[in-house]
Amino acid sequence: MSTINIEVDGQTLEANPGQMLIEVTDQAGIHIPRFCYHPKLSIAANCRMCLVDVEKAPKPLPACATPVNDGMVVRTQSERARSAQNGTMEFLLINHPLDCPICDQGGECPLQDQSIEYGANASRYHENKRQVKNDDIGPLIATWMTRCIQCTRCVRFSEEIAGVMELGMVGRGEHSMIKTHPDGEATPDQVGAALCSSVNSEVSGNVIELCPVGALTARPSKYAARVWEMQNHAQISPHDCVGANLNVQTLRGEIIRAMVRENHQVNGYWLADRDRYGYESVYADTRLKRPMIKDQSGWREVGWETALRHAAAGLNTVKQRDGATKMGALANPSRTVEELFLLQKLMRVLGSDNVDHRLRQDDFRDDLLAPLYPGSELEIIQFESLDRVLLLGSNIRKEQPLLGVALRQAAVNNAASISAINMLDYDFHFPLANTHIVSPGDMVTSLANVAVAVSGITGVSLDADIQKRATDTNAQEQAIAASLLSGDAKNKAIIMGASALNHFEASALSAISAWICEQIGAKLVKLPEANSAGAWLAGCVPHRAEHGKEVAKTGLNAKAMLAKPLSAYLLYDLEPGLDASRSGEALSSLETADFVVQCAAFVSDEAMNYADVLLPIAHYTENSGTYINCEGRVQASRAAADPFGEARPGWKVLRVLGNYLELEGFDYIDLADVQDDYVLGDEQIVSQSGASVNDSPVKIDSKAIYRYVETPMYRLDASLRHAAALQQTMDTPTPAVGLNEKTLVGLGLAAGAEVSVRQGEIELKLLLELDNRLPDNQAFIPAGYAETSSLSGYEPITLEAG
Amino acid sequence: MRRGGEWFRDLGVKNSGGTKLFSVSGHVEKPGNFEVPMGMPFKELLEMAGGVWKGRKLKAVIPGGSSVPVVPAETMLEANMDYDGLSEIGSAIGAGSVIVMDETTCMVSVLERLTYFYHEESCGQCTPCREGTGWLYRIVKRINNGTGTLEDLDTLLDVANRIEGHTICALGDAAAWPVQSFLKHYRHEFEAKIPALNPPD
Ligand code: SF4
Ligand code: SF4
Ligand code: FES
Repeated sequence: MSTINIEVDGQTLEANPGQMLIEVTDQAGIHIPRFCYHPKLSIAANCRMCLVDVEKAPKPLPACATPVNDGMVVRTQSERARSAQNGTMEFLLINHPLDCPICDQGGECPLQDQSIEYGANASRYHENKRQVKNDDIGPLIATWMTRCIQCTRCVRFSEEIAGVMELGMVGRGEHSMIKTHPDGEATPDQVGAALCSSVNSEVSGNVIELCPVGALTARPSKYAARVWEMQNHAQISPHDCVGANLNVQTLRGEIIRAMVRENHQVNGYWLADRDRYGYESVYADTRLKRPMIKDQSGWREVGWETALRHAAAGLNTVKQRDGATKMGALANPSRTVEELFLLQKLMRVLGSDNVDHRLRQDDFRDDLLAPLYPGSELEIIQFESLDRVLLLGSNIRKEQPLLGVALRQAAVNNAASISAINMLDYDFHFPLANTHIVSPGDMVTSLANVAVAVSGITGVSLDADIQKRATDTNAQEQAIAASLLSGDAKNKAIIMGASALNHFEASALSAISAWICEQIGAKLVKLPEANSAGAWLAGCVPHRAEHGKEVAKTGLNAKAMLAKPLSAYLLYDLEPGLDASRSGEALSSLETADFVVQCAAFVSDEAMNYADVLLPIAHYTENSGTYINCEGRVQASRAAADPFGEARPGWKVLRVLGNYLELEGFDYIDLADVQDDYVLGDEQIVSQSGASVNDSPVKIDSKAIYRYVETPMYRLDASLRHAAALQQTMDTPTPAVGLNEKTLVGLGLAAGAEVSVRQGEIELKLLLELDNRLPDNQAFIPAGYAETSSLSGYEPITLEAG
Repeated sequence: MRRGGEWFRDLGVKNSGGTKLFSVSGHVEKPGNFEVPMGMPFKELLEMAGGVWKGRKLKAVIPGGSSVPVVPAETMLEANMDYDGLSEIGSAIGAGSVIVMDETTCMVSVLERLTYFYHEESCGQCTPCREGTGWLYRIVKRINNGTGTLEDLDTLLDVANRIEGHTICALGDAAAWPVQSFLKHYRHEFEAKIPALNPPD
């Protein structure tokens, strides 16, 4: 496409035909005031702040909605332009409260800033100002709707990016106002829930930054600080494998709030709510403030030295008595590479390869064949250009909200044909071409059937192992294969989400996916939890040390470590009762163990039962270190504040524990020393197609009711579970048992009543709910709650009334 | 149809072919809709509507619906009802809704009514119209109530000028034009309602 020239304020600028004037002037650094325009949202041209003087036009034109054409002459500062801009500013201010002194937006307010340049110093408006009632729209966003300037950015964001109809403009003229959808749902503890519904999108917090005034602001940090008093700290969100960039802001050393840090390779302009509000747990009442040890008289707080001495002595005793292989270390995958590296090093120098971070994984059979780390062959920026996608066991919208947003863009702008084979019929914000909901026991068969169909369409001969797992390909499976192969689509992917990677036959799913990808020219995208890529590369797996280095003898994986009790455990920022999918087993093993050291940021109820030493470590926001996202991007995060109480950065705790254990190679002076011990590059993912389809399928009893398990997005790790506002959202439901209608009727049970759930010896009572997203005979009982922690994994259960 | 387009066009005048439906309302004896050839002198149209009611004198006419500029009687009585004819006298044919006002009409009250209409009709999408129409109405209302100030007149005109040409749709212009024309032709009536200009003796 050939470029054209336009003239702006006497300067000649090159532009692409069809570009909007404001894009061209933005690129050239010529400032045009604006409120409603945003590069990622549709053009509304409603604020009229960007009016400029275009030669030959009968009236001033909005720069955001005026396409450039060759030879166009524009003046942004002429009498006509300035008078239009000043006029708009005056109109915006007449009904605006101008209560900047009590407004949370003050200091970072585009209205305030631009009124200094374009506003008059006194108002000519002598009438009464408009008042707009505030609504309670949920725990994350504070409203002050009188300040709204009706720019509709929040509305356009919700519809176009978040993909939900949650905010809209109602009324006309001066009476128009932003409201939540009257038919939406209200969070359980919303005040005045009857009057309005809440904003429930998993990326809702972005409207706070889009809103150019103080109408929508961050609720948890309301009135806590002025923006100019705060310092920014560049951090990486640890909650998913995207690694969103953010600024954590502090006031006199105290963490107040988090805002996006734009990175157009990763998160663009957006953050997920989990990234934005996860910081809140940093000052939760439940923070572990001082080291504690348990002796005959119970728990007591002690100094660091006593605690570390106690921990080292306990571990040494077990080592001498039972051998190092009777000890194991388990880590939270959302911690930094440095911590995970030191943890595995400590274990391995002690003499044990029992180290892992995969507490929700069930199938480890392809460990030795696996690439350096599970990740995405696709870069994050390429998600938006996908055109054929198969989601396999993935609720991408809630698991990696920003990838969900990107995939939605692919669906909306690129007409991507997206199919899903899932075990729960998730509520996606994009249309699905094919939705195939199967029970966990049928996942491998379904995928193998798709492979059969692919082989049928392409004529490629089918892998014999895959053939063995296939049955009769049904219409849906055929349609999925046809969709993946339709047209001359170039950008294809199979995306494996949490429930595929944690499936009891994950290795088979992975191998069949790899085979299909190869045949259809698609990329295989594995989206593991948090900093899993970092954990693999740090060697926090039993079969490989850092950088995939071979180990003499593979240690026990997380499942094995917890299935039968070891003598000693070192838990790193974990509550296995909530973090392991086989949580019941985990708790009983931990309780049986002789000695348990827990490094934690929070006091944990379960640890009070099984632990012997508690070592307080920094919250992730107080931690410096490295994260590696699913595309292998290495990103550094800087501590935003000093650790709370007597907590210490995790790497220091591990280093000193290494010293107390008198281990070699724990003499690091600072974090850079640790990093030198383990040099990181931009890690390239190696081919994922090595694994073979295991031919000893897991037997499922087709008549039994199975407990289907997933962990809700804000229950995934301790730092989220203690983040107050996130816990009040719709994404943190009260744990219950979900059954579809047919299963419910078949069992003669009624939704809304209490049922007793039995799994082996374990019995517990939960409320029964109708959940038609499930296939037959599946009872959805979430993990991540103390109420359900005695259950373990995907196992048969019985349900009885009462 | 039978007689062809040319015949129809020739019923009217140059640049305004054919006939036009005028809806004459206000202070006339027989308000109603009249289909007449384009270019008919206003006087004749007024006669068809039975003339100004109660034998009163004509004061002003809004010839094309509430959004077009108001025209004083003297000018209007000489004008022809077609595109060019009305644009020559600074107004427009608009929708052909002719509003006739007799000599007893208070022009401030009329403008209050008109600005109220636009204030209510604004959709609220864009800033100048959403905020400006309410402002116009409130100033006019205040003047009409006898609590206006001299500055109000300048502000009123300036606000109208700042709406005109700055909005997404034509409703903003429509709200501005009557204000501009009423102040142009009847400023004295507005001034007469401003206490500062009319001290009690
Ligand atoms: S939104 Fe901006 S201009 Fe309005 S009160 Fe708040 S800081 Fe002031
Ligand atoms: S609430 Fe904020 S973002 Fe939404 S329309 Fe009002 S000013 Fe714009
Ligand atoms: S930024 Fe152009 S009209 Fe709002």
